[in-house]
Amino acid sequence: MPKVKIDGLEFDAPEKWSVLEVARFLGLEIPTLCYNEGLSAWGGCRLCLVEIGTGDRTKLVTSCTYPAEEGLVVKTSSKRVVNARKMVLELLIAQCPTSRTLQDLAAKMGLKQVRFKPKWEKCIYCGLCVRMCEEQMMAKAIGFTNRGNKLKINTPFNKTSDECRRCGACMYICPVCTVRCEGANPKDVLCGRCENSLQPTCIDINDSYNCWMGLKGECGTCAKEKLTVK
Amino acid sequence: MQTKLVKNRKDSDKIVISISSGTCGQARGSLNLVEAFKKAIKGRENKISIKVTGCHGFCNAEPNVVIFPNEVFYSNLKPEDAAKIVEATLKGEIVNDLLYQENNKRFTHFNDIPFYKAQLRTLLGDNPLIDPVNIDDYLAQGGYKSLVKALKMEPGKIIEEIKRSGLRGRGGAGFPTGLKWEIVRKQKGDIKYIICNGDEGDPGAYMDRSILESNPHLVIEGMIIGAYAMGATEGWLYVRNEYPLAVKNLLVALNQTRKQGLLGNNILNSRFNFDIKMAKGAGAFVCGEETALIASIEDKRGMPKQRPPFPAQQGLFGKPTNINNVETWADVTRIIDKGADWFAGIGTKTSKGTKIFSLVGKIKNSGLVEVPMGITLDKIVFDIGGGAQSGKEVKAIQNGGPSGGCIPKELFNLPVDYESLTSAGAIMGSGGMIVMDENTCMVDTAKYFTNFLQSESCGKCVTCREGTQRMYEILNNITEGNGQEEDLTLLEDLGKVVKEVSLCGLGQTAPNPLLSTLRYFKDEYLAHIKEKKCPAGVCKALIRYTISVETCTGCGLCKKNCPQDAIEGEKKKLHVIEEDKCIKCGICFDVCKSNAVNKITGKEGVLCLK
Ligand SMILES: Cc1cc2nc3c(=O)[nH]c(=O)nc-3n(C[C@H](O)[C@H](O)[C@H](O)COP(=O)(O)O)c2cc1C
Repeated sequence: MPKVKIDGLEFDAPEKWSVLEVARFLGLEIPTLCYNEGLSAWGGCRLCLVEIGTGDRTKLVTSCTYPAEEGLVVKTSSKRVVNARKMVLELLIAQCPTSRTLQDLAAKMGLKQVRFKPKWEKCIYCGLCVRMCEEQMMAKAIGFTNRGNKLKINTPFNKTSDECRRCGACMYICPVCTVRCEGANPKDVLCGRCENSLQPTCIDINDSYNCWMGLKGECGTCAKEKLTVK
Repeated sequence: MQTKLVKNRKDSDKIVISISSGTCGQARGSLNLVEAFKKAIKGRENKISIKVTGCHGFCNAEPNVVIFPNEVFYSNLKPEDAAKIVEATLKGEIVNDLLYQENNKRFTHFNDIPFYKAQLRTLLGDNPLIDPVNIDDYLAQGGYKSLVKALKMEPGKIIEEIKRSGLRGRGGAGFPTGLKWEIVRKQKGDIKYIICNGDEGDPGAYMDRSILESNPHLVIEGMIIGAYAMGATEGWLYVRNEYPLAVKNLLVALNQTRKQGLLGNNILNSRFNFDIKMAKGAGAFVCGEETALIASIEDKRGMPKQRPPFPAQQGLFGKPTNINNVETWADVTRIIDKGADWFAGIGTKTSKGTKIFSLVGKIKNSGLVEVPMGITLDKIVFDIGGGAQSGKEVKAIQNGGPSGGCIPKELFNLPVDYESLTSAGAIMGSGGMIVMDENTCMVDTAKYFTNFLQSESCGKCVTCREGTQRMYEILNNITEGNGQEEDLTLLEDLGKVVKEVSLCGLGQTAPNPLLSTLRYFKDEYLAHIKEKKCPAGVCKALIRYTISVETCTGCGLCKKNCPQDAIEGEKKKLHVIEEDKCIKCGICFDVCKSNAVNKITGKEGVLCLK
């Protein structure tokens, strides 16, 4: 069993565990977006960054892909990590401000500004749907097409796919298209509602599965509502 | 065995006209020249022969020939020159006015020409002596001698030799080759692969193409040696499909190698089995990245994978795989032949041997240059390259491909090695070197490369995909005169994060053009932002053309050439540009004989550099 040290905690990690798995097991919080336990690790969203190494020889790696190897020293929330994550999130939220998942993360991570022009796109290319379709539904009906600024997730040749069984798993797993956040004022890109209302926010109390309204917290105003009802 | 291989020594008193005919030569008409020479030597084939070779490296002098054994060099030839050259050569004379000329001096011999003189052509040197589709030519130069030698060595000894030579990968990152080989050798399992990376996706770079086209056996030999040393059973040559001549010559070479018993089962009776397959890339820059390249060979989408695991542990089809650049493989052949000490004797403490650069851009002598590591940029740009094109000043170079960095001329005393280039904000990259003169706008340059990268990013990781798009967006804003000073801080913050957070080398180097120009040419950025001025006169939104009242002769040339009919004026009278029609193409500026058209920039209308 490889011995790792993560935020000062020593731990004998089971073989083939990733740093993320170790961290979660120990109850350390690392934000993720393109990660899902049932799917292969992808390393695309870069939110699960951690800092590894010691002294001045440290670097940032994605914890979902990095193996917990013997002697590894990990910091999950150093200043360098937090700053980098914020920039990553700033890029994501500018791309797709209507994602509640992203808005919640922004509120939680204390992202205060978005300096890029909002694109109002409907996809952040995290690839969850592609992996879901291939690895769990065994359909391989969708995939990435093109690259760079022309990247899309699509069926082959943009035609209705015979492989697709309309199972909807792609939509189910999408962090953007199913749970929309319309926020207080979407023009400002950052909704900030959860954070601006009373602490703790709904995100800390409720997750998508146990929202008191049964609405999966779409409104983003759980904390406030809760107080008024009581 | 060795004697069998070197049976074909050339008979040296025969005159051979070697015609440079790589892709570049052919584009400049070398095939017509070949026909003309064939006609000219008719009936005298016993005394004089021609050899159609790959590239000789001197682009500016294409099409050119070298005549052996005296190594006389004729440049920029036309088909009609062939007969003249043949007649003179047979008489032992030289055609003076076809010799290469530089600074009013004519040069007779190939090796006296400044472009070639300061080079050390250990890899490219044989190109003029080799017809790439004829293995005998390669054998005559001592080809496959290294393989014979290697097969008699312990595999571990070969790796030791490569380690001792100090060879580092020529594909960009400069990882020590011997070390990589050792890791692969130590992996368990019967099946291991080696790959030659000939993707070469950098625009303006053609080092690898030239080696593959002109001397394919040099690379194949290196691969066989490496396979033997690492215990690999199968090799892959990955070449982009846009290199048809390289693909063709390699396929011919592979067949010849098999026929000679140098590939296949029981190579040269050593009981070592190995063969090489070829995969053609579809021309995506990112497919040069090793994990994306492997995916591409596996018929998957060319998207990089997060390492670890490294290809050496889990590469092609999940097996241990060693991947090296074309030039690295070629170096291997030379190292085994001449020894690690010879190689380690060239270069600096950390960077050994030679490196090939494609020297292009606003430079007099463009072409492929092979130089010892540690040579200064000054020597490459001025001694070999001859400096900027007429009358201009060199301002900077951009080194290392699209994701390389710009180095200003003040730093041209920098030695060319991996560490120095990196510390200056550039990278060795695969060796593209683009020279820029005073008419180049550095903000525009950064924007140009960032644009390339934003469309070549595979899109898998956020920082590279969104980061390059945002950098481009902001840079574009600045060149259009809509930049703010805060943009520079944002660019710097963003660039740093993209560099340290991105998944593969593409994103990790993508901010280089931006960050290096910001580091050395911040004044140009500020001029664009604060004064709405493009000092080099490149960014169209910030320049205007006017005609000077004093100097205009009313010749009408500008009016005649203007594609927009934006110039008014009667003959012999002052002409005027109508600004709302003008698209700033600059044709009037270029055609005016009396220098009356001015390019101005900025709020208060300053003249741009001519
Ligand atoms: C975006 C990108 C493009 C690359 N393109 C090439 C290429 O065209 N040729 C090449 O040999 N290496 C290229 N590389 C480097 C390869 O990933 C790899 O490091 C190299 O082939 C290893 O060989 P070497 O050790 O001999 O340099 C590229 C890397 C990146 C990140």
